[in-house]
Amino acid sequence: MENKLPFEGPLSEQRRKIDHLKKVGEEQKIDFSEEIARLEEAYKKLEDEIYSNLSGAQIMHLARVHSRPTTLDYINEIFEDFVELHGDRLYGDDLAIVGGIAKLNGVPVTVLGHQRGKDTKDNIQRFFGSPHPEGFRKALRFMQQANKFGRPIVTFIDTKGAYPGDSAEARGQSDAIARNLKEMAMLRVPVICVVVGEGGSGGALAIGVGNRVLMLENAIYSVISPNGAASILWKDASKADQAAEAMKITAKDLKSFGIIEEIIPEPKGGAHMDPSWQAEAVKTAIWRHLEDLSAMSPEALIEDRYRKFRSVGKFAAPELV
Amino acid sequence: MFKDLFQKKKYATVPSVSQTPAAGERPKREIPEGLMNRCPKCGNIQFSKEWEKNLKVCSTCGHHSRLNALERIAMTLDDGRFFETDADLTSEDPLEFPGYKAKLEQQKANSGLKDAVVTGEGEIGGFPVVVGVMSFDFFSGSMGSVVGEKVTRAIELAAAKKLPLLIFSTSGGARMQEGILSLMQMAKTSAALAKFQEDGGLFISVFTDPTLGGVSASFASLGDYILAEPGAIVGFAGRIVIEQTIRQKLPDNFQTAEFNLKHGQLDKVVHRKDMKAFLTKLLDMHSVGGPADGK
Repeated sequence: MENKLPFEGPLSEQRRKIDHLKKVGEEQKIDFSEEIARLEEAYKKLEDEIYSNLSGAQIMHLARVHSRPTTLDYINEIFEDFVELHGDRLYGDDLAIVGGIAKLNGVPVTVLGHQRGKDTKDNIQRFFGSPHPEGFRKALRFMQQANKFGRPIVTFIDTKGAYPGDSAEARGQSDAIARNLKEMAMLRVPVICVVVGEGGSGGALAIGVGNRVLMLENAIYSVISPNGAASILWKDASKADQAAEAMKITAKDLKSFGIIEEIIPEPKGGAHMDPSWQAEAVKTAIWRHLEDLSAMSPEALIEDRYRKFRSVGKFAAPELV
Repeated sequence: MFKDLFQKKKYATVPSVSQTPAAGERPKREIPEGLMNRCPKCGNIQFSKEWEKNLKVCSTCGHHSRLNALERIAMTLDDGRFFETDADLTSEDPLEFPGYKAKLEQQKANSGLKDAVVTGEGEIGGFPVVVGVMSFDFFSGSMGSVVGEKVTRAIELAAAKKLPLLIFSTSGGARMQEGILSLMQMAKTSAALAKFQEDGGLFISVFTDPTLGGVSASFASLGDYILAEPGAIVGFAGRIVIEQTIRQKLPDNFQTAEFNLKHGQLDKVVHRKDMKAFLTKLLDMHSVGGPADGK
């Protein structure tokens, strides 16, 4: 697969050199195999160098790569017998959220997530993965159904944020998000959330109140999109890279803040380089956490989730005497 | 001859005091500092003392001006008596965000507050309540770790003392300078409310101008009763962002309290002068023992 991001330029250049040499070798029947091996070695070194030192902004660009696997890709690779369900029973069926029931290693689970489009047409009907209130309410309906039947819940987070539209506001975008946060806190079943791409703001958190929150190595999770932050802070949306650095949005950052439990590694160059390998890695992580959580009572699960979120925050408080 | 006819007569000019403003332009008048107050909405000029007696509501157009948390407390609680809790919690700079520390100091100086919410206990119409009041003049009322923690502690205090909880919100949203920690305050406050309300706790939420983003999309929208002051802007996304997304101009009344009432997003729009009486009425409804009382 071709490397396209600016910081991947040197890799493309190196690859081009190698390909060129191979071609010349074949055409003119010259044995360049030693040369090629040397170049391949250099390529690997360069690759290590580039991908082990990614900046927050570079990771943001990787998280947004169009060909990165989406929620449905993960659902189809990881689960068996997926049955997609639809609608919030109140207004409509928001395609920015997909979900249903499926089996994970034979265990019935409820699975749902944000769904970006695969192409422009798909993106338009899915609002680029940005839900309206009916999307959040659809997700809540699935989760409450899981709660009733004692099924664990797995959510995939991949959104720029809740859809900023007039009809979304009229139908209660704030209410929909707030209600999910509150209701998720009281779910009596294990909830595992995986940030697979972009975790944007309240629209991400609205399906993100889990006992365990996992993040792919090159996913991001932020309070506001770096572009939005840049336009508010510096009146310049083009300073998104700067905002991405300042807001500390990478998996490593979030692990250090204690917001997420685990970073799921990605292949070099990102999840899109090897979607099957990536899905397997995600599946392994989900299963491991699910096994842990399955031993807990409903009350213990609620308490575990509560403690996790209750403890988040950093502030100065005077010593109690 | 005609030239003479149209000749301007020469009058002495007196600087005009009340010029009618051009459409869309606000009237400009010189106002002695502190003595008079000009309504930012209709331009009407009132004596400051009258305006303050009127709870900072314009006598002409009814515009409700934004209040500092301490002003709101003084006009809402019985005799303005208030026992503040967690007054000493202050923000840190967990992300080492450029400029955040300096901005915090500046906001403290501007507002006279230590962060964007003040919490504590008092009485309304004789009913004891736990109260949280946000202040837009501190960092646009944004929610970072301190706001989230103080709101959560207020909820926990109300739960422990079995008291009703009342929160006046105003906020531009989550505080970007604390990044993901700010976002998680939405989950934290909502989870605390889930517990409180599950145990039968009463939470009255009052939206004041403006309440947006992370505060609107968390605890403020979870009231058993949701009220708003007239004209208050309440919503998730800001008007400008929405206009850019849908590439349309939105009507003037978009996201106002009245708009939200019409769309089923709140229970009642309550004028500032009626707020205390209305809150008393609600609290009273919940104080009388019904069949379940004493259970």
